[in-house]
Amino acid sequence: MKKIIVNNMENKVLKILTDIHPEFDFNQVANFIEEGLIDSFDMVNLVTTLDEEFGVSIDGVDVIPDNFISVDAIVLLLKKKGVK
Amino acid sequence: MDFRFKNKKISGILTVLPKREVLFEDGIEHYNFSKAKSMKLKKSMGYNKRRIVENGVCASDLAIHGMNYLLENSLIKKDEIDILLFVSQSPDHFMPPTSNIIHGKLGLRQDILCIDINQGCAGFIVGLQQAFMFLDQEKVNKVLLINADVLSHKVSIRDRNINPLTGDAASITLVEKTAVDTEIFSSIKMDGRNANVLQIPAGGFRIPSTGETSVMVEDANGNFRSLDNLVMQGDMVLNFVQKEVPPMIDYVLERAHTGKADIDYYLFHQPNRFMLHKLADKIGVDREKMPSNIVENFGNASGASIPTNISYNLGETLEKNSYKTCLAGFGVGLTWGAMVMELGYFDFNKIIEY
Repeated sequence: MKKIIVNNMENKVLKILTDIHPEFDFNQVANFIEEGLIDSFDMVNLVTTLDEEFGVSIDGVDVIPDNFISVDAIVLLLKKKGVK
Repeated sequence: MDFRFKNKKISGILTVLPKREVLFEDGIEHYNFSKAKSMKLKKSMGYNKRRIVENGVCASDLAIHGMNYLLENSLIKKDEIDILLFVSQSPDHFMPPTSNIIHGKLGLRQDILCIDINQGCAGFIVGLQQAFMFLDQEKVNKVLLINADVLSHKVSIRDRNINPLTGDAASITLVEKTAVDTEIFSSIKMDGRNANVLQIPAGGFRIPSTGETSVMVEDANGNFRSLDNLVMQGDMVLNFVQKEVPPMIDYVLERAHTGKADIDYYLFHQPNRFMLHKLADKIGVDREKMPSNIVENFGNASGASIPTNISYNLGETLEKNSYKTCLAGFGVGLTWGAMVMELGYFDFNKIIEY
């Protein structure tokens, strides 16, 4: 089912994901890891970009698959670092 | 395990790097990756160029080259060496010990103790701890600690997990007693339950190398390697380092009654720039105080990474100045260790090529 993105932070995350993998439609996938859209190297690239874009430093211990399965999970990770 | 040492010092470090330089871009064609993705990885991890030995070159060759340089330039004297510690995971042979081979080729005296220690990324910390312990003996005045690895021989060029970061190097560290009242604090921890996180599965007695162990197999991420190759579970290593190292640094600094800001340099083992930046942020120190430029210039040469870091980033400055430093190594074993000590007024601190 297609998810409707309304939140600014969600939009920004979605754009970053699409920049990394323009060939995938991240709106159409429930679990980025299980479906093979994101692998461990993508997570590193993603964290580097999220750090730069949102001005935070995501903890190294949080660079685990569970935190990158969906846009919601990534947004939750950012909120944990104080991003509003 | 906690250690505290008194009246010990490092009086010099010489790092030997192979002349052969390989660029990150040289390996891209071998990876099961798009070029664009590889280039993003290069940026995030800080991969660029690295030094690896030619076929047939062993760790002892780098070490002996360095030792000859020190002897020829009168920076050490053969008869002064009481202990020769060789820390490596790439010995010349299963037997005899590589330290004995080095001893023989250099013609060192018989009244000496040669020891091989199988350690990797924490090998500089482990080696220094051993050296300091030997120096507590009345008759031991000078220990030569050699950290040398040529693990590029064991890495599959089709493994993007490990190949882009692997470097070869040897470092020779002269460790001595000093009359100056120095105090060195160090801690180390082990987790053998995760010993397979970094491993060369075949080639030992458990799984001898055969035709079968040399067959290249694709893993879930598209890397190709055989059982004869080094395998690293990168995500496990990242998680272990980020979880275990920051509290250890806090603990050692507390033991040393030293504030984070009082440390001039955090000289850590360098697997990749991403990991170092994350460690600096988590520990709460400026990234500038924790150099992360060794992997991008020379690659990760296991136990030689910290001394290479010291030689490259502090160089001759360390011959005229002294700094409060925090050293840390982490990796195979799993092993993680840290040390707070003053480094300075070295007799030598430089890099030469082989």
